[in-house]
Amino acid sequence: MQFNNIFKFNGGVHPEENKSLSTTLPIARLPIPKKLVLPLRQHVGHVAKLKVKVGDQVLKGQIIAEADGNISAAIHAPTSGKILKISEEIIPHPSGLPDFCITIESDLKDKWIEKKPIAWKKLDSAALIEMISSSGIVGLGGAVFPSHMKLKVNQNQSIETLVINAAECEPFITCDDMFMREKADEIIQGTLIAQSILHAKQCVIGIEDNKIEAYQALKKAAQKTSIEIKIVPTLYPSGDAKRLIYLLMGIEVPKEKRSVDLGIQVFNVATVAAIYRYLELGEPSISRIVTITGNVQNPQNYEVLFGTPLSELIKAAGGKSNKTQKFIMGGPMMGFDLPSIDVPVTKAMNCVIESSPELFPSPKPVMPCIRCARCADACPVNLQPQELYWFSKSSQLEKAKDYNLFDCIECGCCTYVCPSNIPLVQFYRYAKSEIIAQDKAKEAANTARERNESRLARIEREKKERAERHAQKALGAQEKISDDEKKSTIAAAVERVKQTQQENIKN
Amino acid sequence: MDNRSPYIVDAPSVSVIMFKVLLALIPGIALYVYAFGLGVIVNITLASLTVVLTESAILAIRKLPIKPFILDGSGLVTAWLLALSIPSIAPWWIIVLGTLLCIIFGKHVYGGLGYNLFNPAMVGYAILLISFPSIMTHWQIPTNLMENHVEWLDQIKIIMNSHLLSKETIDAMSSATPLDYIKTQLTLNQPLNIIQQNKIFGFLGGSGLELVNLGYLAGGLYLLKDKIISWHLPVSFLTTLFFTALIFNSFSPDTFASPLFHVMSGGSILCAFFIITDPVSAPTTPKGKIYFGVAIALLVFIIRIFGGYPEGIAFAVLFMNIFAPLIDSLTQPRIFGHK
Repeated sequence: MQFNNIFKFNGGVHPEENKSLSTTLPIARLPIPKKLVLPLRQHVGHVAKLKVKVGDQVLKGQIIAEADGNISAAIHAPTSGKILKISEEIIPHPSGLPDFCITIESDLKDKWIEKKPIAWKKLDSAALIEMISSSGIVGLGGAVFPSHMKLKVNQNQSIETLVINAAECEPFITCDDMFMREKADEIIQGTLIAQSILHAKQCVIGIEDNKIEAYQALKKAAQKTSIEIKIVPTLYPSGDAKRLIYLLMGIEVPKEKRSVDLGIQVFNVATVAAIYRYLELGEPSISRIVTITGNVQNPQNYEVLFGTPLSELIKAAGGKSNKTQKFIMGGPMMGFDLPSIDVPVTKAMNCVIESSPELFPSPKPVMPCIRCARCADACPVNLQPQELYWFSKSSQLEKAKDYNLFDCIECGCCTYVCPSNIPLVQFYRYAKSEIIAQDKAKEAANTARERNESRLARIEREKKERAERHAQKALGAQEKISDDEKKSTIAAAVERVKQTQQENIKN
Repeated sequence: MDNRSPYIVDAPSVSVIMFKVLLALIPGIALYVYAFGLGVIVNITLASLTVVLTESAILAIRKLPIKPFILDGSGLVTAWLLALSIPSIAPWWIIVLGTLLCIIFGKHVYGGLGYNLFNPAMVGYAILLISFPSIMTHWQIPTNLMENHVEWLDQIKIIMNSHLLSKETIDAMSSATPLDYIKTQLTLNQPLNIIQQNKIFGFLGGSGLELVNLGYLAGGLYLLKDKIISWHLPVSFLTTLFFTALIFNSFSPDTFASPLFHVMSGGSILCAFFIITDPVSAPTTPKGKIYFGVAIALLVFIIRIFGGYPEGIAFAVLFMNIFAPLIDSLTQPRIFGHK
């Protein structure tokens, strides 16, 4: 395929795509579950603030937890029902730790709260952003950053280009692919809304060349618009925002800067469609498309209400629901083992893969690094993974930092190509967390030292003050004494004069 | 819970890489046998046996698993490279001793696979060359140039026990290498075109040897195509050697051999594709590899022309191995998004 105006980044890998597994069937809708579990933290930023209590009746689309501050997102009831409990539940996170969740017992009536479509064509950007801030919409590509914050542009910045990320570069995942095929119009409408809110001069959609059907659907939907749709080669990790921007525009987002600083904003296809649905139909973010694939009998994409127990999705796709089976959330390159099949579907859950030893064999024994530099060739950031490995392994964390460890995007390309089967990314994750922990400890130590110093200074000051007070007092007392002495001297003198006078009188 | 992604890998194992390197040596070895007889096979066999036994013993002493580190094939690569670097009629103990030196002092004293600072094969070779200069510079002449026809068994006899053969037979079988011959003849003020009329010269390099080098070249190109090695090292090494020789040759063709002769003689091709490409002891950055190749080529040329030895590859490689870590740290590629 000929790629016009594409700027190729270095490295990258092309694993077996395994996408056709889950694209044979259209997106299905999962039935409303009996119970929904909604974590209060499904986004980047502050935990949402509870707006309901146990026993409350809620309607579909009703806010049950509101955004706490700017960087936060609201949570809406995905269906109507009763708040059953508010408690710590297991959530889909690699740590496997529980977090606060609202459990709704659905009444199966699925009764909507009054939908309030917004006359978005008549409102200005600020008003729209204000509206969207209670939509609960976050980045559905997996980053889950509150979308209204990405639409807000500082006064000294202006957005030149809106990039829509339709790359979906991870193997197995097809939720965006299927969504584009079926809802291209919503995506294009949402894109136009985002473009007008951002006042972006141009808009470009980047899509990998393994999604021709989706490309054609988008192309058709975008016919009468100025939106440009660019095909990029299928090469992981082209869906990484900074990589995609480079592919499409040849611009490298500098270290420690965000694309916004260069006038570029990036949204995922599903996210802009969600914005469209919220404004046009008044439907907040209560569901998403999830790919369920891998070892399940019927790999497919489902529209799933947030909070639906994963086990329901697995059952629908004909997966093994015994608890020994491993399920991976995300793709095989950056995903993680789910702690349980009882976790709820959340805003970040784009794909669930039923694992099996045939699909993902356990890692082979690790051999020493032979410095073949295949990892360096595969690194999309141009890092030297073999050096970072050496430094991380021997805990030379300062050196690792010098070799730009924190530029690592943990895409896993290095591990993918390592002949010695070294789990390189795991070493980098370890080194990063170590450095962060050390920095925190250092900061804590500094604070403690400062506190101690000021405490010592205070003690010293108080001591000094006390001493001064004592000295003052002592001086005062002395003065008193000298007064008394004077008085007595005078008295004595007077006495003596008196005596002399008396004696004189007697004489 | 640990995040163990990526769950998928697609990489040839270290064993596969090393066995492909061995495979790439086969054409050269086949042509070696064709031109020089079976002596080289005896040396390769001895070297292979020695490496397996020695390495097993060392791994056992170091309490490391034996099977994976024998099967990784890196020891065999070292052994074969040494066997191809020594004269094919050197007595058996030369290759055995050399292999021992490679494995012990080139590899395991540093910690084994992946940790060696120097190219292991070149460590063994350099010690042998310094210790046994006479044996190490008596190369066999191609079988078709021998005045008396020599039985293939004679080669094995000479390797196993040189006393079994008369001095005449041995002399008939061996000569200096073309590089060596040019060097000594030049000191006698012979012009090059006369020197190169000797029967040991072929159309490009040494008679027979040039054929072997073409075999190595074919293997090297296979390694390049299969992405086992990157182009940076062989290309920078060979072009530097070629153009340096070209400058000298055009300056004085009577005293400096042609660039093609330098490239096709001695160990140039083996060095370009199989020796300096040892990933462990070479730089890893693309730029670093180029500097490394250029520096080795210059050193090889200097040693060949001005040094005391007719061939300088081992010393050039070992010398530059010292600088590999420094070259790496000075040639870090620009990180995405950095200035």
